[in-house]
Amino acid sequence: MKVIKIDKKDWAEGLGKLTGTYRLFGPVKDKESHDFKELGKDEQPDMDFFNTRLSAKSAIFPQTESMFEYSLDENEADHHVMKEVEKDYSPRAVLGIRPCDAAAFLLVKRNFDNPEYRDPWWVSAYEATTFVGLACNEPASTCFCTTAGCGPFHEEGMDVLLADAGDHYFAKSLTDKGAKLLDSAGWKAEAEADIDAMKKEAEGKIGSAVTTDKLKDKVTTELYDAPFWEDVAFACLNCGTCTYVCPTCWCFDIQDETHGNKGLRMRNWDSCMYPLFSLHGTGHNPRGTKVHRVRQRFMHKLKYYVDKYGDGIQCVGCGRCIRSCPVNIDIREVCELMNSHDQAACACPAA
Amino acid sequence: MLGYTDKIKEISGRLLKEGKVDMIVGFKKGTMPMMNEPCVVKAPDDVEKLVWDSNCGINLTNYLTDRKEKIGVVAKGCDSRNIVNHIIENKIKREQLIIIGVPCTGMIDRHKITAMFDAEITSVVEEDGKVTVTAGDSGKTLDKADVLQKNCAICTHRNPVIHDELVADLVTEQTDVDRYADIREVEAMSSDEKNAYFDDLLSACVRCYACRNACPLCYCPTCFVDESSPQWVGKSTDEVDTKTFHFLRAYHCAGRCTDCGSCERACPMGIDMRMLTKKLEKDCFESFGWEAGLTLDERPPLDIYKLNDPEEFIK
Repeated sequence: MKVIKIDKKDWAEGLGKLTGTYRLFGPVKDKESHDFKELGKDEQPDMDFFNTRLSAKSAIFPQTESMFEYSLDENEADHHVMKEVEKDYSPRAVLGIRPCDAAAFLLVKRNFDNPEYRDPWWVSAYEATTFVGLACNEPASTCFCTTAGCGPFHEEGMDVLLADAGDHYFAKSLTDKGAKLLDSAGWKAEAEADIDAMKKEAEGKIGSAVTTDKLKDKVTTELYDAPFWEDVAFACLNCGTCTYVCPTCWCFDIQDETHGNKGLRMRNWDSCMYPLFSLHGTGHNPRGTKVHRVRQRFMHKLKYYVDKYGDGIQCVGCGRCIRSCPVNIDIREVCELMNSHDQAACACPAA
Repeated sequence: MLGYTDKIKEISGRLLKEGKVDMIVGFKKGTMPMMNEPCVVKAPDDVEKLVWDSNCGINLTNYLTDRKEKIGVVAKGCDSRNIVNHIIENKIKREQLIIIGVPCTGMIDRHKITAMFDAEITSVVEEDGKVTVTAGDSGKTLDKADVLQKNCAICTHRNPVIHDELVADLVTEQTDVDRYADIREVEAMSSDEKNAYFDDLLSACVRCYACRNACPLCYCPTCFVDESSPQWVGKSTDEVDTKTFHFLRAYHCAGRCTDCGSCERACPMGIDMRMLTKKLEKDCFESFGWEAGLTLDERPPLDIYKLNDPEEFIK
């Protein structure tokens, strides 16, 4: 794999060259925190951050996305016909995405791009994107990526991995897309770099872990009926914070909005924490209480997904839900409760 | 306030042992610096997990709504005022509660402290009005008074207004505070400036509803933003919908808000939505001399009509 050395003083110039070919997205500091935004002309990504407050998922899967538009004006020939909204799927690059967020797209892809369904908007945006990731030299205390199928220098889901080496980056080109971007930016100085050593050092700094080895062998109904859910859910406010900051939460809700005689069909992020998420037209709600909803979120990530795909948990260990939860519900603790749950030893009444 | 923990454990253990309550609602230590988690304790042996420090900013009244049990609840000044609201609004009965009053010296502002350090904060220890923060390789000791949550810095009801037990002697109330300096600044703006101010104030909102759900006043079975037939408010990130949510929610809290600060504390995006509720609090104070949640003996001003109610707004 080719490694290119990028002097940081050549960084802005390289990005400048990319703007003709790519729409650039990157971390931008707004008041207190960093989030991914589309960069304006001459705007530089701020690469000095632990991790962004919201994940990078919005670069592919925006919180609100228009799908179809329609007219109710009967004077127009094609009134009352849904027409796909035109969108810009020209090449784009997400700069500075952390390995956890890039890996998360591969998990989310199972939902949006599989043999049964292909979501045209997600797939078009994903395929148009080159991911230029930034490895984590200084992981945070809430990062548990190395035990969640990921890591601070994890490469899957990225096209280029940047490793920050002080006054320069080492850029590891991982795909043809990545090589093309590096070339377009004029970054060509091949170099020898011991990225493996940097990787080992960073992995050594990960101080937080989850144990997931027993989840797949648990009986789903026993976990579902485990006695700890009331306690886990007690503090929960049932806000949508954990799901909105999560890079692997993919649920959305489709809505039509009409203004005058013009209408738009759009999809918006939804959250399994909200009562409306599972409310039936009859008025019945199969997840009618907070405990149901909290259990659903953790069971989906740590059990149903594990069983359905046989490839680990639906979590990359970014730690955002831990940091942002207003009442400090910690997925690491819930994962431990689930993984170590022993139905036989449980004093709860038999189901 | 650090000695409070032992006293809370002692009182809670006693209430549970004597069968005076079915459960205690309090806080347990969180897994991150400056975070504690609301918790429920039902067995006397489990009171050991209860804690109290300056990271107990979430309003525990939220956890009492419509409960049927007999509950011992740990309550600082603002929590106690919201308990009064809850009793007046029939969300809990006074006789269901044993209120373990906490004379409060304010909660520390985790957003503010986090913003003061470049490195990640790994530990925050408080002692004698000082807060020692360790971030990366460096440490810094701050005066707690300088890093209080904004609502705590201007709080004039630190002591519980209603209580059955007290964990310590009452603290001196702050008297020389100007509660509304920032509100007057916004009031003085032109309409355009106000619009720009509100645009900026709410621009980061992702509609996660953490503010609403952390608020003990927001107990409607179905919030107006969740009504689906008819649907009053759109669900996209359209700023009109976002503003509608925040403005209407604030109005629903008029004459009821105790400025407990749970909304701002809970917000993952750092939005100062207290600026909206505080304006209405100011109006209620100026028009009706009303501060919410101070007495069980009077109905809130928007609940009743008095002959001497001001009517200058009728033109």
